[in-house]
Amino acid sequence: MTVTSPTGADVSTEVPLKRRLRRAERTRQVKALALVAPLLVFLLFTFAGPITGMLWRAVDDREVRQVLPHTIAALADWNGKDLPDEKAYAALASDIQAARAAGTIAIAAKRLNYALNGFRTILTSTSRNLKAMPQAGTAKETLGKINPAWRERSTWTTIKDAGGPVTGFYLLAALDLTRNADGAVVAAPPDQAIYREVFTRTFVISLSVTILCLILGFPVAYLLATLPPVRSNLLMIFVLLPFWTSLLVRTCAWIVLLQSKGVVNDSLLWLGIIDAPLRLIYNRFGVCVAMTHVLLPFMILPLYSSMKAISPAYMRAATSLGAPPLTAFLRIYLPQTLPGIGAGSLLVFILALGYYITPALVGGAADQMISYFIALYTTETANWGLASALGAVLLLATLLLALVYGRLVQGQQVTGGMKN
Amino acid sequence: MEAGMVTPAPALVRFSSIQKTYDGEHLVVKNLDLDIRKGEFITLLGPSGSGKTTTLMMLAGFEVPTHGEIYLADRPIKNVPPHKRDIGMVFQNYALFPHLTIAENIAFPLSVRKSNKAETQERVSAALRMIKMETLAHRRPGQLSGGQQQRVALARALVFNPQLVLMDEPLGALDKRLREQMQLEIKQLHETMGITIVYVTHDQSEALTMSDRIAVFNDGIVQQIDRPDALYEHPVNSFVAHFIGENNVLAGTVETMEKNYCRVALAGGGTVTARAVNVSDAGASTSLSVRPERVSIVPDGTSGEGPNRLPARVQNSIYLGDHALAVLDVAGNAEFMVKLQPGAHHSLRPGETVSITFRPEDCLALDPV
Repeated sequence: MTVTSPTGADVSTEVPLKRRLRRAERTRQVKALALVAPLLVFLLFTFAGPITGMLWRAVDDREVRQVLPHTIAALADWNGKDLPDEKAYAALASDIQAARAAGTIAIAAKRLNYALNGFRTILTSTSRNLKAMPQAGTAKETLGKINPAWRERSTWTTIKDAGGPVTGFYLLAALDLTRNADGAVVAAPPDQAIYREVFTRTFVISLSVTILCLILGFPVAYLLATLPPVRSNLLMIFVLLPFWTSLLVRTCAWIVLLQSKGVVNDSLLWLGIIDAPLRLIYNRFGVCVAMTHVLLPFMILPLYSSMKAISPAYMRAATSLGAPPLTAFLRIYLPQTLPGIGAGSLLVFILALGYYITPALVGGAADQMISYFIALYTTETANWGLASALGAVLLLATLLLALVYGRLVQGQQVTGGMKN
Repeated sequence: MEAGMVTPAPALVRFSSIQKTYDGEHLVVKNLDLDIRKGEFITLLGPSGSGKTTTLMMLAGFEVPTHGEIYLADRPIKNVPPHKRDIGMVFQNYALFPHLTIAENIAFPLSVRKSNKAETQERVSAALRMIKMETLAHRRPGQLSGGQQQRVALARALVFNPQLVLMDEPLGALDKRLREQMQLEIKQLHETMGITIVYVTHDQSEALTMSDRIAVFNDGIVQQIDRPDALYEHPVNSFVAHFIGENNVLAGTVETMEKNYCRVALAGGGTVTARAVNVSDAGASTSLSVRPERVSIVPDGTSGEGPNRLPARVQNSIYLGDHALAVLDVAGNAEFMVKLQPGAHHSLRPGETVSITFRPEDCLALDPV
């Protein structure tokens, strides 16, 4: 038997100890990972995957490249100042011939038409009239004869810009910007510049709904947090009641209530308060009312949980130290609910940003939010690039907001002072 | 009761026939009359549910008396809201505002009174110096230990020079050593600043250590209000005798009354002479109260038949460091405690029969338990 040194600083035993510790830790980590693995896989497929796909589609631009590969290659070293040379015309002619045979003209036509209105006609008429491959050296002349647009520089810059494989075209379009024939970023023509307004509208509606939810939700949350348990439980059921019915049903209920021959207008008419029905729906008012109703619980619950944590002793302490009730509320109570206000507002605002059904059902044409246009471009016109770009811009704005919120919350971290 | 006070200071607070009920059926405070003198440290002591905290809350203004009136400096304050009473309060869990720094917490009562910046600054620094926490001024309450938080709560309640400071079990959450240290600090503050303090606790040793006077509450009634030593030496009833300090109880019946003393026949056999404190007449049943340190054990067979000599059987003896306790069976009370010098317990063997003796003036005949 050997006597071990009391310090235990024996190198031969220390290393295995560290390794043993690592091994033990690793087992624990593997176990933890195994527990969350199903969710992780699920999220990867249902969340991370689609979002990455959407972000990619916002910049992906390979349609024209696939249909007109030689043209794109020929335009690669074109300076863009004058018309391209004969080689590019010949390449275009052969690409069109090949595309017609493959039936892929429409794909390129759709994409080019986004960038230059009327391009679809140019391409289809050229494809129809170009019976055979033009003689060597006469491609420029032949195409120019078929459609004079081929003598325009802008026609060619459009093709070159759409050459991909990635493009900023959709993202610029989502911000009402475009590139002119010289490649500079300029404001889009007024008839296409709608998205900034839509984004602004989306943010204004979301902000109004958030403020309405805060004003309506704060007193309810306060009541919930201060009432004796029996009554607060009952109140909580009422707060959660909307979750028991579907969003669509609740929205339709608002239509029944607010339409010109609805319950509200009929009651007001019967009471003689108004002479003609008020316009309560298919406008901004209806959108705000219906969205506030749907989103209210998302404000109340975070507020409630932050208020529940505030001991009534704080208010007592404040008043005993000489603060009148309002001062005590503003200086002691309100600051402690800020994390709840922040969380609730962020939640409501972000949920409101993505609202689609409610504004679509109870809003007018001027109340449609960005999701409406995203849905329009994905389901109606199949303009995935623009839909993705709008989604990406919305996502970016939301992330920025979340980041700002994170900073604000970090700046005023509240640590509990009560020991109970 | 007022023997020690030559000229009693005028009453700062007067409770006048105060009653309080929460449910309209039971009175939590029954007809309370209590004077609190300027500059004194008074403790409201009692078991939980005895009405002491309710009394404090009525004084602070968080509860309204159902009946009666409270006067602060001769002004009725029943309808004065808490923030206008000019009373500082220290809460059980400190109630330091978690979103404000220590300095901001202490400055709070000054800033709501709109005192000017320079003066606020000065008084906050003075208060921080007083609690020796100048270096922690910009920490938040969550970063302090319990004792430090308690000091800040104290400084915050004192910084605006209130007429009165209320403390609601302020040391309840601290460990024993820290609690004892804080007791001395609060006592010292009271003496140096000359403030009036109303202190609520259920810990009798805390009350004895700190108070000028103690009001013993039970069942919504002040059982006795007196200086700590008087409470210990001269309890007026069995509850007070039992609640303050260690106490041995012997049940018996009064045989004869003679001026301040009476002969009592014990239920477990034997007769003793006791001071008649709370007994009416011969024939009344009574509970005798004897403090453990006032009893001596005499070996059996020694001579000297005193007026109060009872046979006892040793049950057990416990060594407690600075003293020892003998647990005896005396006249039917199997948990009769006698305090001994350490070492003296070695001679006692369980089962042994001994005699105990105590002076008649140390044995109080009180109301039956």
